[in-house]
Amino acid sequence: MPLQPLLPAATIAANMAELKPALRRQEALVEANRCLYCFDAPCIMACPAGIDVPAFIKKIAHGNPVAAAKTILTANILGASCARVCPTSVLCEGACVLEDRDEQPIQIGRLQRYATDYVAERGIKVFSLPAQTSGKRVAVIGAGPAGLACAAELAQLGHTVVVFEKQARPGGLNTYGIAYYKMKPDVSLAEAELVGSLGVELRCGLTIGKDLTVAQLEKAFDAIFVGVGLGAATRLRIPGENLPEVVDALDFIDQIHTHPLDRVPIGRRVVVIGAGNTAIDAVTQSLRLGAEQATVVYRRSEGDMSAYNFEYQLAKHDGARFLFNVMPVEVRGSAGHVIGLRLVRTRAGADGRPEPIPETEYIEPCDLVLKAVGQEKQVALLRQLFPALQIDSRGVIAHDPLTGQTNVPHIFTGGDCANGGREVVNAVGEGKKAAHGIHTFLTKETATPLVQPSRLGAKQGSSGSGLLSPIRAHELVEALKK
Amino acid sequence: MADLSTNLAGIKSPNPFWVASGPPSNTGYQAHRAFEAGWGGVVWKTIGAPIVNVASRYSALNHGPDRMVGFNNIELISDRSPEKNFREIAEVKARWPHHAVIASLMVETREQWHEFVKRAADAGADGIELNFGCPHGMCERGMGSAVGQQPAVAEKITSWVMEVATIPVIVKLTPNVTDVTAVARAARRAGANALSLINTINSITNVNLDTFVPEPTVAGRSSHGGYCGPAVKPIALNMVQSCAADPDVRLPISGIGGIATWRDAAEFIALGSTSVQVCTAIMHYGFRIVEDMHEGLSSYLDSKGMKSVTELIGRSVPTLQKWETLDLHWQRVARIDYAKCIGCNLCYIACEDGAHQCIDLKTPEELGLDLGPGRVPHKPVPKVREDDCVGCNLCSLVCPVDDCIKMTVIDNGQPPMSWSNYQEKLAAGEMQPIPPHP
Ligand SMILES: Cc1cc2nc3c(=O)[nH]c(=O)nc-3n(C[C@H](O)[C@H](O)[C@H](O)COP(=O)(O)OP(=O)(O)OC[C@H]3O[C@@H](n4cnc5c(N)ncnc54)[C@H](O)[C@@H]3O)c2cc1C
Ligand SMILES: Cc1cc2nc3c(=O)[nH]c(=O)nc-3n(C[C@H](O)[C@H](O)[C@H](O)COP(=O)(O)O)c2cc1C
Ligand code: SF4
Ligand code: SF4
Ligand code: SF4
Repeated sequence: MPLQPLLPAATIAANMAELKPALRRQEALVEANRCLYCFDAPCIMACPAGIDVPAFIKKIAHGNPVAAAKTILTANILGASCARVCPTSVLCEGACVLEDRDEQPIQIGRLQRYATDYVAERGIKVFSLPAQTSGKRVAVIGAGPAGLACAAELAQLGHTVVVFEKQARPGGLNTYGIAYYKMKPDVSLAEAELVGSLGVELRCGLTIGKDLTVAQLEKAFDAIFVGVGLGAATRLRIPGENLPEVVDALDFIDQIHTHPLDRVPIGRRVVVIGAGNTAIDAVTQSLRLGAEQATVVYRRSEGDMSAYNFEYQLAKHDGARFLFNVMPVEVRGSAGHVIGLRLVRTRAGADGRPEPIPETEYIEPCDLVLKAVGQEKQVALLRQLFPALQIDSRGVIAHDPLTGQTNVPHIFTGGDCANGGREVVNAVGEGKKAAHGIHTFLTKETATPLVQPSRLGAKQGSSGSGLLSPIRAHELVEALKK
Repeated sequence: MADLSTNLAGIKSPNPFWVASGPPSNTGYQAHRAFEAGWGGVVWKTIGAPIVNVASRYSALNHGPDRMVGFNNIELISDRSPEKNFREIAEVKARWPHHAVIASLMVETREQWHEFVKRAADAGADGIELNFGCPHGMCERGMGSAVGQQPAVAEKITSWVMEVATIPVIVKLTPNVTDVTAVARAARRAGANALSLINTINSITNVNLDTFVPEPTVAGRSSHGGYCGPAVKPIALNMVQSCAADPDVRLPISGIGGIATWRDAAEFIALGSTSVQVCTAIMHYGFRIVEDMHEGLSSYLDSKGMKSVTELIGRSVPTLQKWETLDLHWQRVARIDYAKCIGCNLCYIACEDGAHQCIDLKTPEELGLDLGPGRVPHKPVPKVREDDCVGCNLCSLVCPVDDCIKMTVIDNGQPPMSWSNYQEKLAAGEMQPIPPHP
C-alpha cells in the first residue's frame, strides 16, 4: 500500500517543536552570569569556528546582546544555526570547566542563540564592510555552510564573491538536512541572506558542470572554493532495494523540509538501516511524524555506534527500537510494496568486521526502509569537474588544513567534501580558513590572524582555535587514541 | 550547648541577635513576630516628632545574579506618632519580659530629649539608642548624622540624655566621618553606657541611564541615601574593631552593618561586639533568618569549646596591629592542587595582568605532569614560579575552586623582622637597606 501521512498537522507541529527553545531574557542573564570568564578558555579551543565564548557571554551578562552577537557572527557567520544544531556536548559545552566543578556546563549554544536572535529579530546590522574592494573575484561552488562561511569572510576581506548553488535555495544540508526539531529552515535561509547583505552574489539553481563549466569559472574568477558537500546515500546492494518504499534517509528528511509536515508520507513500521547521527535523525523524525514503530538496525554492537550518545538517548526517549548485530540481506516486497526486511544476525569476525551467523535469518515486518549507512563521496563529480584535483584515499579532496589550498593552486576547499563529513561548524571553520588562504594567495598578504581577544597578553603563541592552529577536543582525543 | 544570653551594659537578652532600628522594627506587630522567630532584641524604629516620607524610598546594588548585595534608602525616622510607638513598646514588653526592647530616639531640643527619654523608660523599654547616624533627610534638619559628625554636638546631646536617663543609653554612630573613634570618645565622655555602629553610609547606588536620574527616583529627582547590606560589612567591621581597640572608648558595642549569617555575627562579636543588629537581611528574607544564626553560632561556639558567647567577644581585637609591626620576613607562596584545578586560568590572568607575572601557562607535558586526558588534551595549565611569587594571595582569591590554590608558608630561615625593627637596625647601621623589588 502506498505510504500516507498519519497525523494531523497540529499534532505533528507539536511533535516537531524545538527541543531546545529560546532562553528568555532573565534565563539568559542568570546563565550568562554563571560563566567564570575563563582566560584562554577551553570552550574557545573546542569551538571549530573559534568563537570567543567567554567574551560574548560576558557581553550578554552585561546587558549588551548586540555586541555579543557581533563577537559571535564575526567568528561564525552561521552562529544562529550553529547555536541550534551544534553537538555542543562534544564541542564547547563538553570542554566547559564547570563540569569539573560538578556543575552543569554553561549552555553556550542557547546563549549564542539568545544573542544572535536578538539582532536577527530587530534587524540590527553588526558588520561593517571594507570601503575598498580588492578587484579580485572568487567563485564559490556550493552554498552550504562551508561555501557561505568562505564567501562571507572573503567579502569582509574586500573581495568580490559569487556563490553558485544547484539547489533552488541556499544553505546546503543546513537548509535541507537538519532534524526539524533542532532547527527550521528559515534560520538557515536568513543566514544566507545575511551573507548576501555583505555583498556576496548568491546564484541558486545553477549546477556547475551542467549549467556552467569549470572552465568558464576559471576564466571569470581569480580563485575557486569547492564546497560541494557529500553525495547521495550509500547503496545497500541487496535485493529489493529498488522497491518504492526503500528511501534514502536524506531524501526523507528533505521532504520534511520541502513539504507541509502533514503531507509527508510515513510508514506505520519504519526500519532505519545504519546507526550514525543521520539514522537517529531519521528514526526520531519518523516517530514524530506518526510511525507506530521505528527501528534502527545496525550490523555491529551498541558500543560501535557512531551516533553521539545524546542523540542515541534522544531516540530511545522517543521510543525508537534498536536492533544490534543484525544485517539486512533482502527487502521483501509484495504487490510492488515493501512488507518486510530480511535480517541475519552477525558476530565480529576475525578481522573485527561483522560477519553473518548462518541460519539466523528472520524477517522484520515493515512498510518503509530508510537507508542511512553514510553518504557517498563526490569522487565522480570531482573527477569530472576538476580532473587535475588530487583526491585522497578516503575519497575527499586533499588539501592543506591551514589554508584549504588543494594541489591546484587557485582551487581551495573545505566542508564535508574536504573532511569526509562532519558538522556544520567544522564546515564554517574550514570555509573561513580557506577564505584567509585565498586572501593570501590573491594578495600575497597574510590576513591579520584572528587571535581571540581573551588571549592577548598570553606569553605563548596562539593555541586557541582562532584560525592559526585549531584545537578541537574530540579530534585530539581521536588523535591520541591512534 | 553554649550559653547565648547577652548583657550589653545591663540590657539583657536571651541571645545577641537584635533587630536593628528600621522598617522591620516599625510596629508592635513586627516586634512580636521577631521575638516569635527567635530574635533576642528589637531596637524600635527611631521615634521622634512625626515626619512624612516620600514614595520610592529604596534602591539596591545587584552584583551579577545576586540581588541586594548593597541596599540604599532615603526613608526618614518613624512616620507613626510617638504615642502609638510608646504604647506598643509597653504592650510588647508586657508579653516579652525577658527580651530586649530598645527605644531608638531622635529629637531636637534638650526639652524634647528629656521628654522622650522619660517616655521610653515609662513605656518599659530596656534601653535607649540615640540615633546620631541617619545620613539623609534628618541631617538637613540638624539631626541624625549632623549630630554624629561633630563630636562636640554629640557629646552635648548625650549629656542632656544622661541627665534624665534611668535605663542604659546606647549611642548609635554614623560611619560618615573620617575617624569614628572621635565621636565614640565623645559619647564616653558624656557618660553613654554603650555604642552601636554602624548606621548607613552616604550613597548613590546607580543611575538610570535613560532618565539620567539615580534611583530611588522621586518625580524626576533623587537624593543622597544611606547604604547598608552585605557590601558594607567590611567597613562596619573595621569601625567596630577601631572602637573596641581604642583605650579611650572602652564601651560595650552592639555591632551593625551587613550582618546576614551566623558567621557575620561571629566575626562582629570576635571583633568586639556584645550584641549584633540586623536590618537589610531581614528586609530581604524575613525574620526567619535568625534560626540559622542561632544554630550556627551555637554549634560554632561548641566546636571551639566555648561555654558562652561572652568568651568570643573581642577575641580577634588584639590580632590587629599597626602595619609596622608585621613580619617582613614571613613568606608564603601559591601552590596549585592539580587534582582540584578545573583549568579556568583565572589565576594566570590575574597574576599576569594584576599582580606579579609569576604564573606560566604550560602544557602538562612541558611540566612533566600527568593530568590524564582532560577535557581539552594538551591544554596549558597554570604553574606558579615560586621564586618570583610574592605571596599576595590574588590568585587564590580569584580561583573558583575551594582550597585549590593553597597559600603555603615557606621557611626561609630568616628571623622575624618588622618595619620598625628594620628602621631601628638601619639607624644603628646593623644592616644594609633591602634592595627594591626588581
Ligand atoms: C541528515 C543529516 C543531519 C545532520 N545534522 C547535523 C546537525 O544536527 N548538526 C551539525 O552540525 N551538522 C549536521 N549535519 C552535518 C552538516 O549538515 C554538514 O556537515 C554540513 O552541512 C556540511 O556543509 P558543506 O557546506 O560542506 O556541505 P553541504 O551542506 O552538503 O552543502 C554543499 C552544497 O553544495 C551544493 N552543490 C553540490 N554540487 C554542486 C554543483 N555541482 N554545483 C553547485 N552546487 C553544488 C549542494 O547543493 C549543497 O547546497 C547533518 C548531516 C546530515 C546528512
Ligand atoms: C530603610 C531603612 C531605614 C532605617 N531607618 C533607621 C532608623 O530609623 N534609625 C536608625 O537608627 N537606623 C535606621 N536604619 C539603619 C539600620 O538600623 C542599620 O544601622 C543599617 O541598615 C546597617 O545594618 P544592615 O546592613 O543590617 O541593614 C535604617 C536602615 C534602612 C535600610
Ligand atoms: S569554559 Fe565554561 S565557564 Fe569557562 S569561559 Fe567557557 S563557558 Fe564560561
Ligand atoms: S600569590 Fe600573587 S604573586 Fe604569587 S602567584 Fe598568586 S597572584 Fe602571583
Ligand atoms: S584559578 Fe584555580 S581552578 Fe582556575 S586554573 Fe587557576 S588553579 Fe586552576
